[in-house]
Amino acid sequence: MTTLQEPLVQTAGVVEHERKAPGGFYKWITSVDHKVIGKNYMYTALTFMFIAGAMALLIRTQLFNPDGHVVSLQTYNELFTIHGSMMLYLFAGPFAFGGFANFIIPLQIGAPDMAFPRLNNLSYWLYLLGGVTMLFGFFTASGAAAFGWVAYAPLSSAPYSPGPGPDLWIVSIALVGFSGIFTAVNLVTTIFYLRAPGMTMFRMPLFSWSMLVTGILILIAFPVLTAALVLLYADRHYGAHFFSVAGGGVPVMWQNLFWFFGHPEVYILALPFFGIISELIPVFSRKPIFGYKGMVFATLAIAGLSTGVWAHHMFTTGTVLLPFFSALSLLIAVPTGIKVFTWIATMWGGQIRFNTSMLFAVGFIFAFVMGGITGVMLASPPIDFYTHDTYFVVAHFHQVLIGTTIFAGFAGIYYWYPKLTGRFLHEGLGKWNFWVTFIGFWITFMPQYLLGLRGMPRRIAIYSPTDGFTFLNRMSTVGSYMMGIGMFLFLLNFIISWRRPRPAGDNPWDGFTLEWATSSPPPAHNFHSLPAIRSARPTWDMNHPEHADAVPAVTGGDESAQ
Amino acid sequence: MGRFVGTGFEQSRGVRRVARVLGPIGGIGVAGVVLSACNIPTFGAFKGNTVQGNSTFHLWQGFFVASIFVGGITFALLALAIIRFRRKGESIIPKQIHGNTKLEVFYTVVPVLIVAVLYFFTVRVENKVDTVARNPNLRVDVTGFQWGWKFYYPKYGVTTITKGVDLYPTLELPVGETATFRLVSNDVVHGFYMPEFDFSRYALPGVTNYFDFTPQHTANFLGRCSQFCGLYHADMLFYVHVVSPSQFQSWIHAHQGS
Repeated sequence: MTTLQEPLVQTAGVVEHERKAPGGFYKWITSVDHKVIGKNYMYTALTFMFIAGAMALLIRTQLFNPDGHVVSLQTYNELFTIHGSMMLYLFAGPFAFGGFANFIIPLQIGAPDMAFPRLNNLSYWLYLLGGVTMLFGFFTASGAAAFGWVAYAPLSSAPYSPGPGPDLWIVSIALVGFSGIFTAVNLVTTIFYLRAPGMTMFRMPLFSWSMLVTGILILIAFPVLTAALVLLYADRHYGAHFFSVAGGGVPVMWQNLFWFFGHPEVYILALPFFGIISELIPVFSRKPIFGYKGMVFATLAIAGLSTGVWAHHMFTTGTVLLPFFSALSLLIAVPTGIKVFTWIATMWGGQIRFNTSMLFAVGFIFAFVMGGITGVMLASPPIDFYTHDTYFVVAHFHQVLIGTTIFAGFAGIYYWYPKLTGRFLHEGLGKWNFWVTFIGFWITFMPQYLLGLRGMPRRIAIYSPTDGFTFLNRMSTVGSYMMGIGMFLFLLNFIISWRRPRPAGDNPWDGFTLEWATSSPPPAHNFHSLPAIRSARPTWDMNHPEHADAVPAVTGGDESAQ
Repeated sequence: MGRFVGTGFEQSRGVRRVARVLGPIGGIGVAGVVLSACNIPTFGAFKGNTVQGNSTFHLWQGFFVASIFVGGITFALLALAIIRFRRKGESIIPKQIHGNTKLEVFYTVVPVLIVAVLYFFTVRVENKVDTVARNPNLRVDVTGFQWGWKFYYPKYGVTTITKGVDLYPTLELPVGETATFRLVSNDVVHGFYMPEFDFSRYALPGVTNYFDFTPQHTANFLGRCSQFCGLYHADMLFYVHVVSPSQFQSWIHAHQGS
């Protein structure tokens, strides 16, 4: 953990408690500053990403050879369960709405902090505790949970998954779920009530819009998951029969409850990263976003549709209304397509700077379009009957999720790192980081589509040499090692920037939004003064008055923040 | 460069021109796929080998061709934007275009139309795949359990069942005859997965699923469990033999004795 120096506050009127603010470890555990908590979230989430990534490499190593014996069947099942759970619950979500949103949102909307700073602190500690609880499963006698990140009942019930490992998993997800709910309350309240004067809803940066919608989705989805976990726990320990046929329960109800959370969750993970891309591409193209309101409504449409598509994960159960759920699932392609075309149209006619951040952003679009297209295929029930629970699906969601959380996420890291720390990450190493990860990504996941079509089910620990899966699996494993090296290069880059800081200045990218109008890193209360907010790009307007979006009001301006 | 940094209006006219050309081509493409599906590649998929699975296969081909069109156009536009508008030398501030309503409506409406076409064919195929015959030639009761399968032919009183590791049961089917399957699970959720029939269905505790297969060609392949069901999930295999009706009858007679 690095402790970064607070900048010298140069104004005369230093607030009393700023001077008394503690430093070091004590600051780290007690701070209610959104910037400190945001960084804590990022470091923690990235740590979980590296742990879960190492598990993925073990999984791929097991599958390198047919009849692989690198790990036992039980260990393999634990590995993919915790890999998925950790990536989804502990990395992707908290990285976005705990890390990026926490740090960036108050700065983007011109607020001094989140609406509920202490609740924010509680969220982080619940999250960390939840994460550690999940890892503890490995140290129990019967091992960690081994029923997949979806924990389908009745496999997840006591008779089929005895022991404390599954209990720790349930408690862990519940803790992280509460953390997410609190963060969402905080985010939504902050965005609704703490916007700076002049920052109307339709002047809000698209990242803030994405986070607002994400927050609302969390409030819709997470309580359902938490409730389902309570029911599952009651089944396991208090003799309830919510999900067991023997007691008159309905096992498939778990799938309905889980996916009612699970599908909005996919967009909870994706929307923040769409938001990041919608910030980056205009800045690095030196053009405003093409069709701002279209993007806002596309985001809202995705959120609305995402609450009505959960049963597309259940097409093969034979218990859901296929035409309804396939229609809504296919329709999601429309607002998502709008976003992709908007990004391309924003780049069109621009002056694109291809630094590491922009490389990751463009890499994201390529990966996401590929994952999106196969998603449209899976939205068609007959094709889903064929490919459901095969490596085709594995390839699809890894392309979508790595596209968003890794490529768009790292685009965001390289973009906002100067704001977070006042330093640059190394550009040359950053480009290696991108290319190695990006090429590895395609080598890993393209063969998996074919494996799925050739009949390889997901979550199998061994396959036979006569299945014809060997070559494609080996290719995929080699690709995954490349991605591992790519991620290691990021770690190296981080360490280099820590050891040999290269100062970045306050606004190195010629940014558009308010966070670039303050110092890097920002002072304890974020702003000493705010520029006038008369458009969605206040910092650009201030720095480029001749190309400003809004003509400064001469007299009688009612929206000036000055 | 200047040619491409035109006003939004010019761009949208350009896009409309492209659309006028691509629209009919796309329509013909989709229609062509549906009409002459046999002449285009499999794109990695199995051909189905049942009346039901084969229609899924043709749908897959249609979706794949549509994807090549849509994905190809998107990737091409993206690549073009990257190549044409990369900053070269001195930085200038480009024209600050905030959007173009006509173009935005265009790239909203076109995906809606594409999706509507895909949905139309989806519903047609899914109704075909999900139809259960009123008077099937054959009934097979399938039970999934940890970790194996039981196939019961009620008309003949024949049962095959997993008897241990590597002792997989056989699902014998006569070619050309419609068989109705009744699928249940004794314990946890399993996935009854027939890769070469382009089909899978959950075996769910508390739910009974029915579906039909009408095999078209003789074949031998492995069926699997697709839904993770515990420790030996990977080992829940079964042999599928699609044989001639006479071979099927002799197989039945051979197993009725045992």
